[in-house]
Amino acid sequence: MFDIVSFIPRAVAQATPLLLGSTGETLTEKSGNLNLGIPGIMYVGAISGVIGAFFYEQKVGSVENANAFLAIAIPLACCLLGSFLMGLLYCFLTVTLRANQNVTGLAMTTFGVGFGNFFGGSLIKLTGSDVPSIALSITHKFYAAKLPFAEKAGVFGELVLNYGFLVYVAVIIALSASFFLNRTRKGLQLRAVGENPATADAAGINVGAYKYWATCIGSMIAGLGGLYYVMDYASGVWSNDAFGDRGWLAIALVIFTIWRPNVSILASLLFGALYILYLYIPTGTNMAIKEIYKMAPFVVTILVLIVISLRKKRENQPPAALGLPYFREER
Amino acid sequence: MNEKKKGPIAHIVKRPDISLKEATAIRAGAIVLSILVCALVTFLLTGDDPLSVFRTIWEGSFASERRLWVLLQNVSILLIISLAMAPAFRMRFWNIGGEGQVMMGVLATASCMIMLGGKVPEPVLIVIEIVAAIAAGAIWAAIPAFFKSRWNTNETLFTLMMNYVATQLVAYFIIIWESPRGSGKIGIINQQTQAGWLPQIGEYKYLLTVVVAAALTVFLHIYMTKSKHGYELAVVGESERTARYIGIKVGRVFIRTMLLSGAICGIAGLLMVGSTDHTMTTTLAGGRGFTAVMVAWMAKFNPIGMIFTSFLLAFLGKGAGEVATQFGLNQSFSDILSSIIIFFLIGCEFFIQYRIVFRKEAK
Repeated sequence: MFDIVSFIPRAVAQATPLLLGSTGETLTEKSGNLNLGIPGIMYVGAISGVIGAFFYEQKVGSVENANAFLAIAIPLACCLLGSFLMGLLYCFLTVTLRANQNVTGLAMTTFGVGFGNFFGGSLIKLTGSDVPSIALSITHKFYAAKLPFAEKAGVFGELVLNYGFLVYVAVIIALSASFFLNRTRKGLQLRAVGENPATADAAGINVGAYKYWATCIGSMIAGLGGLYYVMDYASGVWSNDAFGDRGWLAIALVIFTIWRPNVSILASLLFGALYILYLYIPTGTNMAIKEIYKMAPFVVTILVLIVISLRKKRENQPPAALGLPYFREER
Repeated sequence: MNEKKKGPIAHIVKRPDISLKEATAIRAGAIVLSILVCALVTFLLTGDDPLSVFRTIWEGSFASERRLWVLLQNVSILLIISLAMAPAFRMRFWNIGGEGQVMMGVLATASCMIMLGGKVPEPVLIVIEIVAAIAAGAIWAAIPAFFKSRWNTNETLFTLMMNYVATQLVAYFIIIWESPRGSGKIGIINQQTQAGWLPQIGEYKYLLTVVVAAALTVFLHIYMTKSKHGYELAVVGESERTARYIGIKVGRVFIRTMLLSGAICGIAGLLMVGSTDHTMTTTLAGGRGFTAVMVAWMAKFNPIGMIFTSFLLAFLGKGAGEVATQFGLNQSFSDILSSIIIFFLIGCEFFIQYRIVFRKEAK
């Protein structure tokens, strides 16, 4: 029997980092920046949060001494700062110095993953533990704190209320990003920058500023995805390379949702479900088939990419200036 | 509030044409600057004096003959994958699927060795292997090109996704063929019979890879600068409309070039499985498909320049790995150092293409 009550919470836990990552990347891509550094940024967001949490835990020592507000705020602030700086670096190179976006993005991913694993490794050594991971049990408690009555509210409580606060934050961010892009003047102007920066510039929109803001805020949102992964999903345990290729999945999700953060709420759930589906499908002795299941999100994304290019509906296309640099002098 | 009357403090002017000497000087300056930053970072993290760190980096590659060969093998594989990237980038076709194309070459080679090893005569097996690896890489690369030429499907995202499909395919076959059962690994393929192993030149295990890389460099240099195909690439890269106007079939150029790119990636996979590693893992390409993008870009897609840039990155990778071992840091340290250098090289291109003109003080 397919155990849907245990399946959905696990799918949600898989979906949340993807949702945050894809919302951040959608915002970034709407400004015309194809930020392939997202996987690296999510790593940096995660490790920055871990570093903050680590030193906070060293200071307080035990759960009793910990202050709920500080235990959440310190890792959160570190995570936001780390991913903001990564976004700033990307913008400085691509917008100010006009470097190639693909190359910059890939370099940022190498850097971010290296940065995460390096400092992760250093912290592990600092604790002198035997296992290659750090456990941040105190701060994890606060991040994974659930509503007290969720357990008692039956199936509804278990499926909808029983998550750490970052899950709801992710949904709210996705909804507000959607509202921002489609219903506000600033969102309209941002989309104009991504579609046709020259026209936007002529209309008096500060193209550079929009690109900077969208990319930096997008990076911070994506960084939160990394933070959620370590602090909540992984129970505060950092081990090197554990985050895996979720960053690339987040980029896939942007295409899959055809650049719509609100669609991403359900789509990320689908991706999360595909990611863990193999655990629930009886494969018997055939272990190999689960590797094929893991391929599913990427294959589906390719199909979506092909279908939207076949149908040529204008509202479903990628931002027209995606990946292209904008130089006012070269119009 | 009298600033309002003045113009901006500085403005950016495109350089008409920069001499090679000047461009090289700017790049060299960027490398020196980036190495200083790396030294600072290393100093802050290890507390050791930077000079001894640099000595360690040097020793990582040159301390023994074996290390030198490993370095040469790394440079060669990276160079081959970068060469594969170059023609597509020259026409602004953003193929970042090198990783997947290499993995398909790896998969094709390994499957020939496993399925046909001992069943067909050795020379026939090697020929089948070469053909299979080249075809697998080429087909994998041509799929996005086909959709791009027909329906203008975004190639950057398409090739990116293809990487993971390829990696998962490899993961699938690793479990199918795993030996011993349950280990999740393939181990050395045909260890006793050495069936399907590419011949070794003399007693040097890595020499074949180096020779192939050198031959491909010369071939691509001629292809891109002297052939009609190479000219068409450059025209498409400059302006697709111009290319159409003068009668170049742009779609066909996309597919043809990606077939070539994929084929070369397939060769890289073939060499890794057939000549040096003799095994298949999901991390065999190890991100080199992505590193190659940076190598090719830093050399401005010039095959000869890529020898230098791939050497630089492979050398740093080895050196920083050595630093990591010596100072008890972990291996990711090399990623940090090489990306710092790449950031500087990416950034310095701006100063090669543009000049900043400061406002003259108006009296």
